[in-house]
Amino acid sequence: MSDWESVIGLEIHAQLATVSKIFSGASTAFGAAPNTQACVVDLGMPGVLPVLNHEAVNMAIRFGVAIGAEIDHHSVFARKNYFYPDLPKGYQISQFELPIVGKGHIFISPDEGVSKEVGITRAHLEEDAGKSIHDQFPEQTAIDLNRAGTPLLEIVSEPDMRSAKEAVAYARKIHSLVRYLEICDGNMQEGSFRCDANVSVRRKGDQKLGTRAELKNINSFRFLERAINHEIERQIDLIEDGGKVVQETRLYDSERDETRSMRSKEEANDYRYFPDPDLLPVAISDEDIARIRAALPELPEQKKQRYINDLGLSDYNAELLTSSRDTAIYFETALAAAPELVAQLANWILGDLTGALNKANVEMTAVPIEPAMLAQLVTRIADSTISGKIAKEVFEAMWQGEGSADEIIEARGLKQITDSGAIETLIDEVIAANPEQVAQFRAGKEKVLGFFVGQIMKQSQGKANPGQVNAMLREKLKA
Amino acid sequence: MAKSVTEISRGLAAGKFSSVEVTQDYLARIAEFNPSLNCFISVTDELALAQARQADDRRAGGEADALTGVPLAHKDLFCTDGVRTSCASRILDNFIAPYDAKVIENFKSAGAVMLGKTNMDEFAMGSSNENSHYGCVANPWNTAHVPGGSSGGSAAAVAAGLAPGASGTDTGGSIRQPAAFCGVTGIKPTYGRVSRYGMIAFASSLDQGGPFARSAEDCALLLRTMAGFDRRDSTCSEQAVPDYPASIGRGVEGLKIGLPVEYFAEGLDSKLAAVIETAVDELRRLGAEIQDISLPNTGLSIPTYYVVAMAECSSNLSRFDGVRFGYRCEDPVDLEDLYKRSRGEGFGAEVKRRILIGTYALSAGYYDAYYLKAQQLRRMIKDDFQKAFSSVDLILGPTTPGVAFRIGAKTDDPVSMYLQDIYTISLNLAGLPGMSLPVGFVDGLPVGMQLIGNYFDEAGLLNAAHSYQQVTDWHLQTPELKV
Repeated sequence: MSDWESVIGLEIHAQLATVSKIFSGASTAFGAAPNTQACVVDLGMPGVLPVLNHEAVNMAIRFGVAIGAEIDHHSVFARKNYFYPDLPKGYQISQFELPIVGKGHIFISPDEGVSKEVGITRAHLEEDAGKSIHDQFPEQTAIDLNRAGTPLLEIVSEPDMRSAKEAVAYARKIHSLVRYLEICDGNMQEGSFRCDANVSVRRKGDQKLGTRAELKNINSFRFLERAINHEIERQIDLIEDGGKVVQETRLYDSERDETRSMRSKEEANDYRYFPDPDLLPVAISDEDIARIRAALPELPEQKKQRYINDLGLSDYNAELLTSSRDTAIYFETALAAAPELVAQLANWILGDLTGALNKANVEMTAVPIEPAMLAQLVTRIADSTISGKIAKEVFEAMWQGEGSADEIIEARGLKQITDSGAIETLIDEVIAANPEQVAQFRAGKEKVLGFFVGQIMKQSQGKANPGQVNAMLREKLKA
Repeated sequence: MAKSVTEISRGLAAGKFSSVEVTQDYLARIAEFNPSLNCFISVTDELALAQARQADDRRAGGEADALTGVPLAHKDLFCTDGVRTSCASRILDNFIAPYDAKVIENFKSAGAVMLGKTNMDEFAMGSSNENSHYGCVANPWNTAHVPGGSSGGSAAAVAAGLAPGASGTDTGGSIRQPAAFCGVTGIKPTYGRVSRYGMIAFASSLDQGGPFARSAEDCALLLRTMAGFDRRDSTCSEQAVPDYPASIGRGVEGLKIGLPVEYFAEGLDSKLAAVIETAVDELRRLGAEIQDISLPNTGLSIPTYYVVAMAECSSNLSRFDGVRFGYRCEDPVDLEDLYKRSRGEGFGAEVKRRILIGTYALSAGYYDAYYLKAQQLRRMIKDDFQKAFSSVDLILGPTTPGVAFRIGAKTDDPVSMYLQDIYTISLNLAGLPGMSLPVGFVDGLPVGMQLIGNYFDEAGLLNAAHSYQQVTDWHLQTPELKV
């Protein structure tokens, strides 16, 4: 295994968040009844013509500017010809030569402290196909053309990734970027963001690339990692057993966790690309590009640097907080409510909140605890209303929808005991009940202090202020 | 009975007759002569009379346009809401579009009446109208001869007086050649002048709609309504449409007209050449300055055209797959069978030939040699014209190398058929406007003269043709029809 190197490139299809389709006025909204969002243009009726939605071009340029890519002033739509029932015209309008976005790059960090540049070959606009539904009617295939004509940005990377982990880091980075740019909703379940992986292996030191297989049908980052690892293993086993990798398209089956051949190179279509005579070449001016560049939001890399320099966060935390736009928005909204508690908020978001989201398999956009609620919780720790330990209980209650931190503290009577008289009473009781441990402490066994603190906290049901307990206990025991 | 669009328009305006009366007259003529001529695929009597009644009401209300109440025929590749649009193909024999082509919309909003949908070569592929699922159209001048194609039904209908005017489309000569064969006037505008929306595509970069009528004056009236910007066609021009009827009548005094030596060379019928020369003399007498010019790449236009047109059509016709509309084969066993048999049974021989050639020309390994090379030649052909228009205002020549041939004479020889378009095809490649007008007869069959203009100079073409028609009567000749 160790003398092998894998080479991976990704093709990502991001559905652009335009209101209407790329070549017609029909809506792109997800989930409508079948074929209710397909107009005569989407249906490929005779005589109808495509008209370019310039918003899709603007979104592609946004992406290009964000990855430092060359944007050509002259871009051409081409027809990719093949027959399939969910492709109404018998060709897909795509781009072949002269895509909108040329060479660019992004940085990924597959491991803490590691930064690697990944090249992006190109990104081009195309229309999505409809959907073939095979399991709804026995012996028949149903066609839903609602998706037909939805704009896609196909982002093609260089074969710069060397492991499944790097490929996932790259895919996540692109996912985060398109969300930051607000050009794609990133919803992988609904197919808004889809990854195909080109995978090959070669012996370390070899300059020549091995024969690649293209993996399709991957709809989560977890499956992406698993599918690539499987494919790498399959190819190495194959070569080590004297076989040869054939160029082919393989489908990833997440239920069986395996890839299987879909079509070989020989069976592949000759797409007969040629410029679409129904559409004029797209002219993009320097002013267009400058205007779009000026309107770009703060990008993850800039945000991360700001968190490090202005907020004093660690490189690691800054990276994690900015890795998704939703997380960054959550953090910044919470911070606005508790501006002094930068580190505390970062820790809660990256710790308990992320943990709870993962455990419940909930997206940040659907989090039940509002940023202001978390800010209040952190503030209550800071002002000693509750201890860090009690805070976990309050957090759990907030997650369950029991209300704000203050409401829960009040309702459950969790307010910390800071009255020194009350704490003294507790300490006295515990000391009186445990003469043996008192003797041990006085004999120099400092560790016993922890036992007393634990007992006192238990007696107070966790509400005694731990700082006060510590200080007062020490005084009492020494006396 | 009134014969020209202009006469009908004036007669309606003067209250000499109603639209219902004129429409009834034409429907009666169609009923009488269409069975032998086969100009129409569909005759829309009821719709026509309903539209005529509406037109009369509109005129009574004082809201009339020049075309309100004028009955017209439309080539059966312009989609018409609720009326079958077959493209003369079995594959669309059952197709009823839920929308109107922009051209149809324009005529509707002007209040024109639709008599029916005219016969054509299947998917506009052909030069004789013999490639129609509904049978060939007979040339009204001699029913043993073809009317030309692909818009043969429209040209023959106008020649036979079954409609005063008709729409057509021209991809390589499909308006001008049948106009010449049938002795009527037809104009193919500049590419982008008339919207292609709802016009079933043959070759998208070449297709252009235009009118047929009895005179240049009528064509001016019809084109004014057909032309104009349409945001649903990205290749449609935003240039304002001139008032064509108002821009004819300027005469040709001092007009520089070029005769391409290549258009009068080998291959041109000598009797036809003599007729054209007589027409040139007429224009000279009217004050036009005639000079020889050269379009050196004329010989390249046919091979260039057939690569470009077939490549585009091979892709354009992919949507006819038996899945969503049109013909579907009986009991397909699987998807591939559905595709193969629906298309195999639905398309005619010429359409299949062109899809195959176009598919080949776009295939991996051949694209550069065919499609890319054709695009380069296309630019050279365009440059020839640009150079010519630096020294002349109009270009003149024959529309076709010979007059209408006998039905069946060229069906076994596609290349000889393709050569019919030698003088017309290069305009489509260059995107230039051109028209054909009748200038005489050879062996009892009409001869067409072609005028070619610079981009968007339809007014210049119509004016020159009108000047000629003011002093000649070839356009007023009518064939004797037998039932």
